[in-house]
Amino acid sequence: MTGIGQRFTPLQRLLHWLMAFCILAMLFIGVGMVSTVTPKYLPLVSIHKSLGIAILVLALIRLAVRLRYGAPMLPADLPEPMRLAAHLSHYALYILMIGMPLIGWAMLSTAAYPIVLYGGVRLPAILPQSDSLHSLLWNAHFYLAFLFFALILMHFAAALFHALVRRDGVFDTMAPVSSRDELTPAE
Amino acid sequence: MPEPRRLPARSAFGSLVIIFVVIAGSAAAFAYTAGWFSPRRLTPDKMVDALAPPTGAALGHRRNHAKGICFTGVFESNGSGSTLSQAQVFARGQYPALGRFNLGTPNPNAPDSTVRVRGLGLQISTPDGQEWRAAMINPPVFPVSTPQAFHELLLAAASKDPNAMKAFAGAHPEIATFGAWDKSAPWTGSYAEDRFNSLNAFIFVDHSGAEHAVRWSLLPAVQAVPISPDDLAKRGPDFLQQEIVDRVGRGPLHWTMVVTVANPGDSTADPSKAWPEDRRTVEVGTLTVKQIEAEADGPCRDINFDPTVLPAGIRVSDDPFPAARSSVYAKSYDLRTAESKDYPRTAKSTKP
Repeated sequence: MTGIGQRFTPLQRLLHWLMAFCILAMLFIGVGMVSTVTPKYLPLVSIHKSLGIAILVLALIRLAVRLRYGAPMLPADLPEPMRLAAHLSHYALYILMIGMPLIGWAMLSTAAYPIVLYGGVRLPAILPQSDSLHSLLWNAHFYLAFLFFALILMHFAAALFHALVRRDGVFDTMAPVSSRDELTPAE
Repeated sequence: MPEPRRLPARSAFGSLVIIFVVIAGSAAAFAYTAGWFSPRRLTPDKMVDALAPPTGAALGHRRNHAKGICFTGVFESNGSGSTLSQAQVFARGQYPALGRFNLGTPNPNAPDSTVRVRGLGLQISTPDGQEWRAAMINPPVFPVSTPQAFHELLLAAASKDPNAMKAFAGAHPEIATFGAWDKSAPWTGSYAEDRFNSLNAFIFVDHSGAEHAVRWSLLPAVQAVPISPDDLAKRGPDFLQQEIVDRVGRGPLHWTMVVTVANPGDSTADPSKAWPEDRRTVEVGTLTVKQIEAEADGPCRDINFDPTVLPAGIRVSDDPFPAARSSVYAKSYDLRTAESKDYPRTAKSTKP
């Protein structure tokens, strides 16, 4: 992995914020749809499937971009536990961004449901029908969703901690616009 | 003079409060969306719970229409339906069909004569890779207008309060039509003699993009012979399954699929109200049942006959039931697949 200077590349920042919006929407739609029997159940499920596959594609692109361009260094004075937490949580987030859509796709496959996305695009089954696999994947999809949301909250809290408390420039590496850039001309 | 730096400690406290509020607010919004603050929200779990008999759900089985038997066959389309829907299933041709005759009970061992409502689950596959799934029943109307009312009906029917059903019927007078059918319509001694109705209204979209509100029915080719529930009981608790095995063993069975097209202004939102008798009907094809297989090892076992699995050219209407059924059927499927060890396949089965 190579360093890329002070900030993530514009493409990485675009992918991050686009996916942040998509994944949060995805998690809210997920817990909302499984707790309702109203007519909005159907559009919610439909969006959930299409958005899930979109997130899978974006996550794979993002992983490739990350492997190509790397990430800015964390501040040298960051305490070791926070450094470790930062690294582990990012591994976990990548695994979930790629794993959750695959689990969902596999879960629908093992239930013999046709998988139809927006625009009538049909995806093939990636596993055969299986009661035991369906049950395993359903549980994984359900519990990992809550883990995913908890991780995002931690990630969000950590980002705010860097931005508001430590003010160490870490938030700035992923900020849509850099507060430092704006200050530069005045200096 | 440069602005003095704020004290880190003071700044940190305010910032931590902000962080706490933002994170707690996000978590609360998530919990709200999940319904954790809405105990009155009708969830698929509540519907499934209400369907369970007092002794508890039959593990490994569908949460309703639990007693059933699989069939395979073919749907032969005569091409007439293609004026109403662009779905390939209505183009002239033969398409493989798979389905399930069933009884509207949560008890897979209920004697046939104790169950008034019979059903037919159907899945038709077309070469374009699309599927049409449907779950039809034999009454001409659904008992109630809304999924909420259906939940209340289940609670009232299970209630120990002797006045519960009377109170329910008072609040939901639409149940009278179903009640009249329940009381007066003749019973039959064979699935082959039953008519099965979609009850829910769907929208067919034709090749020009025009939309047609429809309901459909499967009309049996076999003439119905009325039988009293008492006489049906004398034939045995599982007579319907044995009878359909014997009958299909002697030769295939046929049902004509008839699509009823609504007039402009007919309500599509309420399956407890039939459309007037004079509405246009179109015979679109014939379902032929060629083979019967026991459910435990049969091809219908693993299929959720979710009525919202529809090909392009058919979509849901403003009828609130298909969405509710989809949500509840999925819950039922998730539960029964997790319990499959409680409903083992037989030894001769080749599938795991």
